[in-house]
Amino acid sequence: MDFGFRISPSSAINLDNVDLTLFERLHEMEPDVYKCMACGSCSATCPASVYSGMSIRKVILCLQRGREKEAFRMMKNCMLCGKCTMVCPRGINTRHLILSISKLYSETK
Amino acid sequence: MIYQGKQKIWSEYQKEIPDDRWFYVRSCIRQNFFPGSERMFMEICRNVLGKDFYETEHHTTCGGIAYHCDTIPQETVMTIVARQFALMTEAGYENYVASCITSFGNYAEILETWREFPELEAKIRELLWKACRREFNKPKYLAHASDLIYKYRNEIASRAKYRLVNKETGEPLKVVEHIGCHYSKMFPSKGVGGAEYPYVLCGMVEAWGGNVIDYPERRHCCGYGFRQYHVKANRGYSLSNTYKKFESMEPYHPDMIITNCPGCPYFLDRWQYVIAESEGKTYGQNGYGIPVFTYEEVAGLVLGYDPWDLGLQLHQVAVEPLLDKIGVEYNPEDKYKGLNKKDIMRPGLPDVLKCC
Amino acid sequence: MKENIVIIGGGIAGLEAAGQLLKLGYSPIIIERTERLGGHVASWHRLFPDMSPAKELVDGLVAAASGANIFLNTEISFVNRLKDSYNIMLSNGISIITRIMLVTTGFSVFDASKKEEYGYGVYDQVITNRDLEHWFNGNADPRIDNSAMNAVGFVHCVGSRDEKARNSQCSKVCCITAVKQAIEIRQKFPEASVYCFYMDLRMFGKKYEDFYINAQRDYGIRFIRGRVSEVSENIEGKVVIKAEDTLSGKPVKVTLDLLVLMAGMVCSQASSRVAGMIPLPTDSDGFLKSKDNVYGVVESPKEGIFYAGACTGPKTVPEALAEARAAALDVHLFINGLK
Repeated sequence: MDFGFRISPSSAINLDNVDLTLFERLHEMEPDVYKCMACGSCSATCPASVYSGMSIRKVILCLQRGREKEAFRMMKNCMLCGKCTMVCPRGINTRHLILSISKLYSETK
Repeated sequence: MIYQGKQKIWSEYQKEIPDDRWFYVRSCIRQNFFPGSERMFMEICRNVLGKDFYETEHHTTCGGIAYHCDTIPQETVMTIVARQFALMTEAGYENYVASCITSFGNYAEILETWREFPELEAKIRELLWKACRREFNKPKYLAHASDLIYKYRNEIASRAKYRLVNKETGEPLKVVEHIGCHYSKMFPSKGVGGAEYPYVLCGMVEAWGGNVIDYPERRHCCGYGFRQYHVKANRGYSLSNTYKKFESMEPYHPDMIITNCPGCPYFLDRWQYVIAESEGKTYGQNGYGIPVFTYEEVAGLVLGYDPWDLGLQLHQVAVEPLLDKIGVEYNPEDKYKGLNKKDIMRPGLPDVLKCC
Repeated sequence: MKENIVIIGGGIAGLEAAGQLLKLGYSPIIIERTERLGGHVASWHRLFPDMSPAKELVDGLVAAASGANIFLNTEISFVNRLKDSYNIMLSNGISIITRIMLVTTGFSVFDASKKEEYGYGVYDQVITNRDLEHWFNGNADPRIDNSAMNAVGFVHCVGSRDEKARNSQCSKVCCITAVKQAIEIRQKFPEASVYCFYMDLRMFGKKYEDFYINAQRDYGIRFIRGRVSEVSENIEGKVVIKAEDTLSGKPVKVTLDLLVLMAGMVCSQASSRVAGMIPLPTDSDGFLKSKDNVYGVVESPKEGIFYAGACTGPKTVPEALAEARAAALDVHLFINGLK
């Protein structure tokens, strides 16, 4: 029956249902991925960020929260210029990380 | 679960509830939703226990629904409430008991606001005088009607005809208790047992023989949330909240739900039909729902009142499986007979949710 | 005339001060309320950032202070102000006349059950940092021993930076303690997912930041920025928690086998009691008030009365020890000034 309204999907992240197997493999390849402390300097300096919403900080977060599609949508806009690597205070090789994510996640898709 | 831990918290939130002499105000919507409840409250307090409970036909809404829907200014709500207090003062009472949770919250909030902003109270006194030449004293004690039934729970138990026990197995019934948000979340100290683990309904259930279930979404809102339900575009949020609660309580297989708010029993009851129709899911045994009651209805049931005099035929979810479980005597033929056996007509039965 | 030096509290600050004063040739008196020395640290297992055993530290301090006159299971019954000294009456009937007191009464662990929404004392699988440390120390705990331990959560700032809990101060040590305990949990249960729910991470001390990176990089501890708002129990007896993942702006929920509350430091009742008897003022944070919070932390506003350690506010172990040494030197200089 159509009541004109229905149960809304929950926006909550349920960590019980997030499969982090791939992320753990990524962590093995790129141990530094967990070092991100979400300072945001990467996104602030990213030339693609202001126009396309690309943010490597958010990509890392999305992958940890089971929101891969969102991560890939952002990553498509990356031009691998490497500016984020220059500014990362935790010394994360973001350029290398992006390539690893692309490789790992495309292999399994 | 460490029961003693809850007892410790309960002992820290015991409010003073005078035994007698109360000025009673009804809810705007409960007489339509659950028509036997307020009548049963007065029946128990006045006739069963012989207490002095006064009510007047001159009282109005407290303005709570309009206030929470953001359609009237706070001064207006306060003036309405001031008039109710004036009626209490004129009748010679000092203890004020509200049937509705939102009213109770509204009164508690206004009294606290006046305490913090005395100039506002002065202004409201002036407005009330200009509007209707009335003056008021603030209530000495403010209670929700469930506080009173909680206070009288053992007296009710001692006169009970039935207990919340499965008569076949002898096991206590598994009861979900649901507290209205405006009962103690705003002012934990104003509610029996506080806000995180309210005791007001648990105490009744325990006194009447049942077992209380604590499930993960226990504290969650029933889903009514004025502006969620009243605006149709938001109604899905209302339904979603209720759905979330049922999904969370489902593994415990509750026998019944007891509530102390006007909106909660209504939505927990009616949305079971909507969930059944839209999701194909039911939560009771054999395709039935989980029956939802007001505390007055439960008190009436254990005291042995006829279920149809309590208005249980107006519930969406069939109550008969539970009545059978407890062993309550009732005549199925009388379900849709009103006063003086007048035929009030049978409703159509839903497709998915099994009803009687 | 031989000066009596009364040290109130036999925790690490009191012991270290006593050890130093002994080396300077004095015979201090330690009054300890409980039956053993070492205070909170004595029941701790390992200390950040190098995982050094707490027992070794406490044993060393006790040995160095063994020449002091130590009263265990002893409380101060009352203090009388005399002309230029104090008469301290002890619960064992002994009275001491002194011009010098060193208050090392320490802190109390915040009573986590006051945060009702976290269900400590109500839900079985909710424990505190102290309970966990006792388990690390070899004490059996059925809540840990009898469960699967697939997922463990830590809640930072329980009773710290919390005006509703009437503690606006940061307890300083909990961030790094959570990092330490999270690592230890991963070492004991390598398959477990470990979450830390934090508001800020205050890695102010030596090697703390390295320790934190170590927890992230090498132990895969998942740090989620957001304060846990509500804890409940599911039908299997596991804990279900709700928080906001503030970095993604979404509500987050997770089921855990164990939830550890990082209960903070509050002024101990013993400190307040002693302060009331002398009397000594308390600061706006509820801890004892120093003569000056920059220049005179170990001095009280009263002549001859000194402080060391967490009675004046949350302190790490090395900070408490450094203050004890500073206070011992101040006592020495004060006595020299009397002559």
